[in-house]
Amino acid sequence: MPSRPDGTPLPSNEARARENVFDFLDQYDVWEAFWVTIQLTLYSAVGSLVWGTALAAMRVSPVPVMRAFGTLYINTVRNTPLTVIIVATSLGLYQTLGIELGGGTSKDISFKLAVLGLIAYHASFVCESLRSGINTVPVGQAEAARALGLGFFQVLTLIVLPQAFRSVVAPLANVLIALTKNTTVAAAIGVAEAALLMKEMVENESDVIFLVFAVFAFGFILLTLPAGLLLGWVSKRVAVKR
Amino acid sequence: MSNVSVTKDAGRPEPAPSGLVVLDNVNKHFGALHVLQDIDLTIARGEVVVVIGPSGSGKSTLCRTINRLETVDSGHIAIDGKPLPAEGKELARLRADVGMVFQSFNLFAHKTVLDNVMLGQLKVRKTDKQQAEQKARALLDRVGVANQADKYPAQLSGGQQQRVAIARALAMDPKVMLFDEPTSALDPEMINEVLEVMQQLARDGMTMIVVTHEMGFARSAANRVVFMADGRIVEEATPDQFFSNPRSDRAKDFLSKILHH
Repeated sequence: MPSRPDGTPLPSNEARARENVFDFLDQYDVWEAFWVTIQLTLYSAVGSLVWGTALAAMRVSPVPVMRAFGTLYINTVRNTPLTVIIVATSLGLYQTLGIELGGGTSKDISFKLAVLGLIAYHASFVCESLRSGINTVPVGQAEAARALGLGFFQVLTLIVLPQAFRSVVAPLANVLIALTKNTTVAAAIGVAEAALLMKEMVENESDVIFLVFAVFAFGFILLTLPAGLLLGWVSKRVAVKR
Repeated sequence: MSNVSVTKDAGRPEPAPSGLVVLDNVNKHFGALHVLQDIDLTIARGEVVVVIGPSGSGKSTLCRTINRLETVDSGHIAIDGKPLPAEGKELARLRADVGMVFQSFNLFAHKTVLDNVMLGQLKVRKTDKQQAEQKARALLDRVGVANQADKYPAQLSGGQQQRVAIARALAMDPKVMLFDEPTSALDPEMINEVLEVMQQLARDGMTMIVVTHEMGFARSAANRVVFMADGRIVEEATPDQFFSNPRSDRAKDFLSKILHH
C-alpha cells in the first residue's frame, strides 16, 4: 500500500475528493525546502557579486597575465553546463579530492559545494554584465582620476566601478533571477532545496501532478518577481545622469 | 610658488635655464601619423604658455604627454627636474602635482561638486576630511560656484562644470596646470566666465600650459605663444610679436584665417 514519507497511508480517492485540494501539502515541509533555496540564492548571489567583480577587475587590468586568466575563466566556465559544474564539485572536489569546505554533516558539505559551484558559474555572468557597464563609463572619467594622482585600484574602485554598477543594475537583476532558478540544479547533488522536494512530491502525488508543478512555479515567482521589480526601481534611482 | 607676474614685456621670451617643465626632443606616432616631431619646449616657473595651432597639429597630444596620459615614443620629459616616471606609484605621485583641465570637464558624474573637489585631497594627499572640505569650499568660492557645492555635475551648466574642474585641479596644489582646450566645448556666453578664472590664476603666478583657440586669452594672459602645425613647433614668440608680426608663413596663413573674416 502506497504511503507518504511520514508513514501515513495515502487516502483513498473518495477521501481525497472530500479534502481541500491543497491538503496534500500538509505532509511536506515546503517552507523548509524553499528556505534552503533562499539560502542557496543569497550566499551564491553575494559570492558571485564579489568574485564576478574581481574577475571584471582582472579583465580590465593593465597586467596581461590577469587579463588572460580572466578571459580564460569566463570563456571556460560560462560555456560549461551548470549541471556539470555542480556534479563536478560533489564527485570531483569532495568525493575524489576530499575537499570538504570546512566539513560538517554531509548535508552541510553538499550545501557548501552547491554554493561554490553556483558562485563559480554565475560570477562569469556578473563579470560580463559589469564589464559592459565599465564600457559605458566615459574614458575621460578615468583620465581625470588618473590626472589627480589616483592609482589603478583607486580609479577602479572610486570612479569606474561605482558608475559601472549603477548602469548594470537591470542586467544584474537578470543574473539574480537566473541564479534563483538555477539553484534547482543543486538537487542533483542532494541538497534539500525546492526542486528535490518537488521530485519527491511528483513521485508520491502523481494524481495532483499539475498542482505540484504549480506550487513550485508559484514559489519561484514569489521569489523572483519582487526581486526583479525592486531592482528595476533601484536601477532607475541610481542611474548616473550625464 | 613663484611671484613672477604676468606681464607682456616686448622682446624675445627668455625661458629660465632650469625650467619647471622641460620637453627634450619628444617624438610620438599614432600609427603612421608622426603627431609630435622633435618637440623641444621649456616652461619656466610662473610662466603662462599658450599653445595654438590648427586642429590636428598635435597641440592636445603635446599637453597630454606632460602628465603621461599619452606616452611618447622617444625623447625626455621632466617636471621640476624629475624625469617623468613610467606607469606606477611614482607616476601617480607626479600627476598629483600636475593639474589638468579637460575639454569635456570630466567631473566625476556620480559625486557631488563638493566631493569632486575633495576626492583628490582625501585619497591622494590624505588630508583630514574637515580640512579638505574647508579648502574645497574656499576653492569653489574662488571660482564662483560655492552655491552649487551639493549638486551633481549634470545639474550644472558647462561653464560652471569647467570652473569646478579647475577648482578640483587646484585642490591638489599643483606646480603646473595643463589646460586642454578648456573652452572648446562651451556655449559662447559661458566662455568668459571660465577665461576670467584662468586670467586670475595667471595673475596669481600659476605656471600654466594652455591649449586653446581663444586668441583674446593668448593676447592678454600669455607670456609666450607656441604655434604648432603638423606636429612641429613652428614659432615661439611673445603674444604681441606673434599676433602683430608672425615670422613663419604657416603662422601668417593661420592667423589670416582666424583673425580676418
